[in-house]
Amino acid sequence: MGKPKVAFYWCASCGGCEEAVVDLAEDILTVVDAVDIVFWPVAMDFKKKDVQAMDDGAIAVSFINGAVRTDEQVEMVELLRKKSGLVVAFGACAHIGGIPGLANFSNSKEILNTLYRDLDTVDNKEGVIPQTRTKVKSGEVTLPRFHNTVKTLDQVIDVDYYLPGCAPPPDLIMGAINAILKGELPPKGSVLAPEKSLCDSCRLNKTKPEKLTMKEIKRPHEIKIDPDLCFLAQGLICLGPATRSGCGERCINANMPCRGCFGPVGNVVDHGAKILSSIASILGMENEEAVTEEEVDILLDGIVDPGGLFYMYSLPSSLLKRKKSD
Amino acid sequence: MKKDPKIIVFCCNWCSYAGADNAGVAKVQIKPHFRIIRTMCSSRIDPELIIEAFKKGAWGVLVLGCHPGDCHYKNGNYKTLRKVKLLKRMLAQFGIEDDRLRLDWVSSNEGEKFGKVVNKMIDDIEKLGPLDLSYAETEVE
Repeated sequence: MGKPKVAFYWCASCGGCEEAVVDLAEDILTVVDAVDIVFWPVAMDFKKKDVQAMDDGAIAVSFINGAVRTDEQVEMVELLRKKSGLVVAFGACAHIGGIPGLANFSNSKEILNTLYRDLDTVDNKEGVIPQTRTKVKSGEVTLPRFHNTVKTLDQVIDVDYYLPGCAPPPDLIMGAINAILKGELPPKGSVLAPEKSLCDSCRLNKTKPEKLTMKEIKRPHEIKIDPDLCFLAQGLICLGPATRSGCGERCINANMPCRGCFGPVGNVVDHGAKILSSIASILGMENEEAVTEEEVDILLDGIVDPGGLFYMYSLPSSLLKRKKSD
Repeated sequence: MKKDPKIIVFCCNWCSYAGADNAGVAKVQIKPHFRIIRTMCSSRIDPELIIEAFKKGAWGVLVLGCHPGDCHYKNGNYKTLRKVKLLKRMLAQFGIEDDRLRLDWVSSNEGEKFGKVVNKMIDDIEKLGPLDLSYAETEVE
């Protein structure tokens, strides 16, 4: 019996997840020793027809990153699902929608019109917008359809496991690969990261005051951030309380508050609603009896874009999923 | 067929639920298009629960708590105020009308007010019609 076959694929993503695989450094050699990579568009020259030619289930595991927004992506992930024993949603975009998911505050028409027609730097007098089928002299050319809504991978195909993060850190990737190779996997549908919140593992947790309150909201560019004090105590919105741990606090250690790429902690569905609840509870909590409704409004004005901030990575996986479309 | 509105009314155990009880005892006339969910405190009503109510077909959500200063747990309702205000701002970004979520204070002897607030909510929501969230599930061109 040959080595287990592995595929990597990307959908609506930035390429950072591909980089994360390369970031395994020497460990990638262990991986390559143990498995056969049979499909990886960013790095290797295998084609769709090579995958089509495989038997169903021939690929042991497919790591798919990126959110899903076009017909082409749907077609490819459905093909990989058919050919794979396991599908792992790799990274924040496949897991919960990621940054591309913020486009769900808009729609396909608005996006295409802005990009191809309305921007100042666009020179498009005829107002040509990409079409799925266009007749040209030599025949008809086609483009994949651009969907109205960004979806997570599990809203399109059945997903076995989730590797969270933007991008997933090397230790979690290796942990997942080793678990797959040894056949020591948790129940299907598990997120391959700790269940607890970021605050639980954050080194700044011990600097958090007994009674945590925010006098007002500060944005990271407005203050000189103290690297050794809980960001919430400094008035900075940090998504740590509602976000899953396991990232190694890369942002915190770079003196930036958490933005939630690991998605919600276990048992929470709506990441944004949870952090909203947490922030609203501690904002202006000191002497809250004396705060008037007008003062509450002024405090809340400090949160310029609540939807974009609280759902920075998780909009497509939220309960509402997208803005209402007329 | 004309559909009847569906309103979810979250009531805190100590003031507004007792207020609803009072409305019943006093035979205040209230339209029947609402369901009460009782929680121990209005600040127990997580924004996630409010969004879930909308997802499950509520046309509107009314959150009722004790008057400021009267909270059984001293200051739960101040947190409710901030949470609901912030949630309303966020729901606006999703295109959900401001009137669909409302917060008010009803004490245990305000049966009359309970009826007035609920009737007003039902009337306003009836004008808005049902909240159709199916767009998130179906692909629209």
